[in-house]
Amino acid sequence: MGSIPVDFFIDRFPLYLEGAGTTFTITVLGTALAFVLAMVIGVLGTLRNPVARGVASFYTETFRGIAALVLMFWMAFSIPQITPYELDVTFAAVLALGLNVGAYGAEVVRASINAVPKAQTEATIALNMTWARRMRLVILPQAWAQMLPTFGNLVIELMKASAIVSLIGVTDLTQVARLQGQASGQTILAFGSALVMYFVIAQVLIVGVRLLERRANRRLGRTPPAGGGLLALLRPPTVGATATGGAR
Amino acid sequence: MMWDWEFTAVVVPRLLDGLVITVLATLIGYLVALALGLAVAIVRRVRIIGPIVHAVMEFIRTTPLLVQLLFVFFLAPSGMTALTVGITVLGVHYAAYTAEVYRSGIEGVAKGQWEACRALSLPPLRVWGAVILPQAIRKVIPALGNYLIAMFKDTPLLYAITVQEMMFHASGLGGQYFRNFEAITLVGLLFVLVSVPSAILIRRLERRYAAV
Amino acid sequence: MPLSDTTGAPGPEAAGGPLIRFEKVVKRYGDNVVLRELDFEVAAGERVTLIGPSGSGKTTILRLLMTLETVNDGVIWVNGDSLSHMERNGKLVPANEAHLRRVRKKIGMVFQQFNLFPNMSVRKNITEGPVHTLGVSKEEANQRAEDLLELVGLKAKIDAHPTQLSGGQQQRVAIARALAMRPEILLLDEVTSALDPELVAGVLDVLRDVAQTTDITMLCVTHEMGFARDVSHRVLMFDAGRIAEEGTPEQIFGDPREERTRTFLKAVLETG
Repeated sequence: MGSIPVDFFIDRFPLYLEGAGTTFTITVLGTALAFVLAMVIGVLGTLRNPVARGVASFYTETFRGIAALVLMFWMAFSIPQITPYELDVTFAAVLALGLNVGAYGAEVVRASINAVPKAQTEATIALNMTWARRMRLVILPQAWAQMLPTFGNLVIELMKASAIVSLIGVTDLTQVARLQGQASGQTILAFGSALVMYFVIAQVLIVGVRLLERRANRRLGRTPPAGGGLLALLRPPTVGATATGGAR
Repeated sequence: MMWDWEFTAVVVPRLLDGLVITVLATLIGYLVALALGLAVAIVRRVRIIGPIVHAVMEFIRTTPLLVQLLFVFFLAPSGMTALTVGITVLGVHYAAYTAEVYRSGIEGVAKGQWEACRALSLPPLRVWGAVILPQAIRKVIPALGNYLIAMFKDTPLLYAITVQEMMFHASGLGGQYFRNFEAITLVGLLFVLVSVPSAILIRRLERRYAAV
Repeated sequence: MPLSDTTGAPGPEAAGGPLIRFEKVVKRYGDNVVLRELDFEVAAGERVTLIGPSGSGKTTILRLLMTLETVNDGVIWVNGDSLSHMERNGKLVPANEAHLRRVRKKIGMVFQQFNLFPNMSVRKNITEGPVHTLGVSKEEANQRAEDLLELVGLKAKIDAHPTQLSGGQQQRVAIARALAMRPEILLLDEVTSALDPELVAGVLDVLRDVAQTTDITMLCVTHEMGFARDVSHRVLMFDAGRIAEEGTPEQIFGDPREERTRTFLKAVLETG
């Protein structure tokens, strides 16, 4: 009795692995797009120029307001209707996920930059740095450590949201589960297996982001959370925002 | 390609029907998430059961809502409607998030408050009900508000389990009339029309609570 | 009373016009007027200490000079250049970034909270400005960083991280960082106020050293009256956005004319 679920999964493991690969690829591409958008729009949002800020807040408000699924359907199904072009479904999915998560990321970037103590900016003025140098050398490296934990959550969100690509026919992990469920009639096993694999992918991503966080905190002279080893990486970091040189 | 107003007239009433379902699912699901999340946040502090509950919620939080919906949809007894399944899964999924919010609020209550409770030998019910939770929840109201909008935006996923919300009608009629452009654009507009003002309203509240 | 006798200040190189001149400077934060039509001058090489109760506008003067704030009215001249305005077609127009960057070159500042960059080593903190703003070569900047750290007694800490240093050490690095830019004017904004009492002396010793060995013009806001007496040529007592009294340290500390100065000094000396 107990061997049946295991058999089901082992038999179909290569198929699931392939689906997981697609999910992972879409996640990585979507994250890359979201990251670039978040950085550019986030920095725009911190400028004093009202046009730059207007563009930034239009983008973030709009794309945070629309569900990724609606955006993806729009690109996949209505662009062919209004233009002679057809977007590749995977491309449409990456675009929708990237635009959506990028809007959340931009807010994180903006808030993290603004959270760098004002005194740091004043010190760069006293050293007569240009805006570009100030951002690159002082502000962004400090904001980066603060962005990372939230970025980590956003990557997980994007990975989870990528399941919607199955609805427009991309053979990701969810689609594999759906097809295998239909073929075998064991839908619960089919989706259960997919859930476990999603969980594993998420844990891999979480460990990756934790490693980045440790590095960023070390560069700011903050000690990494107590205890070492892989298990420690899975625990949320306990380092607070205790940057030196900040105003109280 | 021109906008088809005739089709618009056909599809909008159906989309509004869908919007009612969407809002209904969001609100009831949100209540589930608020109540269950609070329960989880408190139970998490109990020995043995706490870590298990935490692990389960962590699993729910890091796996796709869509797959959870399909999983439960096929698992559910036949008497349970798709909408009930949708609301339940939505609520449980977001409870995993609200539990984290409550947890941070509870951990944010000063240690001295616990110590004062012990010094007064208050019974646990009073400690939680009269001292800890009122302080913790007050602080996390804005964060909880954000999840209301997040849930609203996740409701189109219910379309995958045949709940007749907006996306269900848009995709059905859009395919039938070959007017996906109008149908999906209208859904997007309706989403923005509801979620952007709500987001602004919630941010207002956030600022007001932060000012206190 | 405060404006008339500034030219008689005992600056060593008072001849040849003032290096810094405030002309009817007004600074407001909302309804709160911090500086009321302030006039005063500082000669090149002069060391001036600003004292007075908190909120009297001392720090604001330094922040205006560092262009961290802008004046609401009046003009600040540094070496004949207006800080907040520049000349274009014979008219004064608000300064642009290029103008600000040019006038800032002469000015350095040490902050109350040190404001070292936590993402950089001590060496980087000191060399970043000279290399990237002044265009000094890396080797030269490094050499200068080493010399300056020697001066502040922290040569061994050159590759340390700011977080590994005590407050006093951080502040000495901050002084080295400011000096590395070779400023003509050094602004010291309550540089010992954030330090534990036992660390204050080390920082003040370094500054005494700088005062004795260089001819940098110094504007110093401080509550360390002993230090003020030792290094400054002139002391300005501020109250409610105006100069209440000014004179040599001997006169201000030994024989204050104004009642306000007397009560202020009494309060500071009792608590300090």
